Amino acid sequence: MKKIFFLLLIAAPLSLFAQKKDVQKTSFEVDGVCGMCKARIEKTAFGLKGVKTAKWDIPTHQFTILFDANKVSLEDVHQAIANAGHDTPLATAPDEVYESLPMCCLYERKKKVE
Amino acid sequence: MKNLFSYFIYLLPFFLWAQPPVEGKILIQENNETYPLEGVNIFWLDSAVGTVSDQEGAFSIPFVSTTNRLVIKYLGFKTDTLTTVRGKKIFHFMKEDTGERLEEVELTQRRKALQKSYLAAQNIVQVNSAELLKAACCNLSESFETNPSIDVNFSDALTGTKQIKMLGLSSPYLLITEENIPSVRGASQIYGLTYTPGTWIESIQITKGAGSVTNGFESIAGQINTELQKPFLDAPLFINLFSSINGRQEANVHWNQTLSNRWSTGLYVHGNQRTLVTDRNQDDFLDFPLAKQINFLNRWQYTDAEKGWVSFLSLRYLDDQKQTGAIDFVPEQHRGTTQEWGSEIDTRRFDTSVKLGYVFPLLTYQSFGFQAAYSSHDQAAYYGLRQYDINHQSFFSNLLFNSIFGNTKNKFKTGINIAWDQYDEIVDGDNFQRVDRVFGAFFEYTYDSMDRWNIVAGLRLDSHNNLGTFITPRLHVRYTPWDRAALRFSMGQGRKAANIFAENQTLFATNRAIDLRQNGGSIYGLRPEKAWNFGGSLQQGFSLFGQQGDITLDYYVTNFQDQVVVDWETARYIRFYNLDGKSYANSFQLSADYTPFTNVSFRFAYKNYQVKTNYLDGLKQKPILPEHRFFANFDYTNINAEGKGWRADLTHHFVGEQRLPINPRDGIGFRSNPYGLWNAQLTRVFSSQFEVYLGGENLTNQRQANPVVGVDQPFGRNFDASLVYAPVFGRMIYAGLRFNLKNK
Repeated sequence: MKKIFFLLLIAAPLSLFAQKKDVQKTSFEVDGVCGMCKARIEKTAFGLKGVKTAKWDIPTHQFTILFDANKVSLEDVHQAIANAGHDTPLATAPDEVYESLPMCCLYERKKKVE
Repeated sequence: MKNLFSYFIYLLPFFLWAQPPVEGKILIQENNETYPLEGVNIFWLDSAVGTVSDQEGAFSIPFVSTTNRLVIKYLGFKTDTLTTVRGKKIFHFMKEDTGERLEEVELTQRRKALQKSYLAAQNIVQVNSAELLKAACCNLSESFETNPSIDVNFSDALTGTKQIKMLGLSSPYLLITEENIPSVRGASQIYGLTYTPGTWIESIQITKGAGSVTNGFESIAGQINTELQKPFLDAPLFINLFSSINGRQEANVHWNQTLSNRWSTGLYVHGNQRTLVTDRNQDDFLDFPLAKQINFLNRWQYTDAEKGWVSFLSLRYLDDQKQTGAIDFVPEQHRGTTQEWGSEIDTRRFDTSVKLGYVFPLLTYQSFGFQAAYSSHDQAAYYGLRQYDINHQSFFSNLLFNSIFGNTKNKFKTGINIAWDQYDEIVDGDNFQRVDRVFGAFFEYTYDSMDRWNIVAGLRLDSHNNLGTFITPRLHVRYTPWDRAALRFSMGQGRKAANIFAENQTLFATNRAIDLRQNGGSIYGLRPEKAWNFGGSLQQGFSLFGQQGDITLDYYVTNFQDQVVVDWETARYIRFYNLDGKSYANSFQLSADYTPFTNVSFRFAYKNYQVKTNYLDGLKQKPILPEHRFFANFDYTNINAEGKGWRADLTHHFVGEQRLPINPRDGIGFRSNPYGLWNAQLTRVFSSQFEVYLGGENLTNQRQANPVVGVDQPFGRNFDASLVYAPVFGRMIYAGLRFNLKNK
């Protein structure tokens, strides 16, 4: 009995990790150029609640994210990255933000912004 | 029979289904229109398996088990590497190459053999197998000759054993692990580094300063971790032969086999011997011991990448025999007599370990690790009339859990470990027995700001039957003040039980009387050792004439709160007592790496050591430890596309003045002359499978004239082979070959 109680005591903090979560993994392309872009894109993603981990690969421009869908939506992630100045397949960066990026970060824009 | 056949027919589709080809389509987008792209090269990374896309842009490539990285290449377009998911079709849009050549340059840049990270919080130097090839050979103790962080000295004039030092402190103050299992410790402290053959080593990680709490409380000056070859990745067959003019021969054979796509196994056999009697300094004592070693390792690796399991099982057996002393010594005739002085050290060691790792599917930042290891070390030795036998049985196990708080900027590691060590020693007829039992728990938090900051803060609690219950804190901080720079700070505490005889086996190669000044402590009547280590370093990268380099400045301070002082300061005695007063080791290092041309690299280092201890007669620099050291390494590599070429390297060590304790040879207050050593190696690479090398150590033939004190009367009170400050043996020339059978 005592042992069971002891085990429960140990297991209690573990149950904290076992909250209801809907962790999803996805990757998409984000426009950018350099190491500074990488820092900006990743920092932006990490700033969102529910984002577990985020990585932007410089050569392939692939952005990989692990997030809890109960806390943050994928659209929010796209929008946040775009708001930081980087175009994604679902969201476009505001012109003034794009233009205020440092020189080396000025990637070639694919989409025409009206 | 028919049944069996039909059974096969049923199974056949399953086999086919198990490894379907990977299919997909290559497309381009132009003016909002999508077109297929024909003739695109598609191949698996690092393999010969490839295909070309057809008119429709479609392709189908056979599944391979070794990689899931698919390379897509077409002239005028960006080369892409994709990670494939089984059963998922690939639709890939090629992008025009807009001339971002910089990225390609990065890909062809030679990976440096010694790597220092700008991003890690700890001051870690990563040594890969290319660096290991630069050293003459042959085992872990000799792998540090081209590395400025670690100093290599001879421990005595008889056994030829090399002793390593970091931050001015000898190896007992370092935590040496093999794949994160504590390995060179206790009974194997002095000779243990020679028990890992060089070819078994995949890489070495050297951490300066306090280190992580996850591997225990013992590290004070730093940690050295060795990763061994993994059966899954090593070549199916590897053969290495080595021979030197001082009569040392070595042979290594690795044999790896993949049993299924989850299981692989490797058998590694090493043998070495030295049968040649050498006495260049004509003191009638062998310059190098006669030696024989047989070493077996069998590893089993299980990998299930889809479910996230990895496991290793290792079995290892070692038989090492050394004979040293007078050249005329014949063990059967002279052992136990005073006719000829001789020594034999026979060691048998058995190791086994099991490791199990699990990474949570999807949640790749969360994992479990378990490891357990048992070793039995049995050494029987005599040095003249002195006897030293040690039997050390050891069990170690830990359980580790990795996860995050919120996101991967905030990671943590937590776990528990247990260790049990049983020592049984016979020292000149006295028997010492001891059992160490420890249970510990640890927690380590890592913060990564994703740009300027990294913090690793760890804490552990241990309950030890001889050291008591105590807390060990460790902290590492990295900050990037400006571009291409890293500022580091570390602090931490470490403790250890000093195995005074095993750590100072050199004393038996003297006729010094042992004076053990017990004070009721729990280990040989002495209190355990305790120290704080603080350190800081600044690393700055630079470009000069379009080439890369970096400069590192280190300063580390180790302050002993308690220490077992090993006192050689009185002739004819060796004293052990607990520290009364101050003991510290301050070390400064300035090093620079530069690659002036693509094929050439330089490395320089200056080191200053102030290692002082309060001995019975006052505060003094540790004996036989130079205050100044200088190091330089020059490396040339030119291997063409066919894999043919040359590799050359030249290393210089400058060793400053050293203080010697009073002795009949040198008198009082003797300081040795500074000297320099040059080593060189030239390798002819015929192909990626075959190479031949020729090298020389100590090319300028530096030698200490009379390494053994009182050599004419080896049974007299003055006999002392421990006072060695320069090489005993002069120039050494060696040659060897390496042959390996690569995958496909």
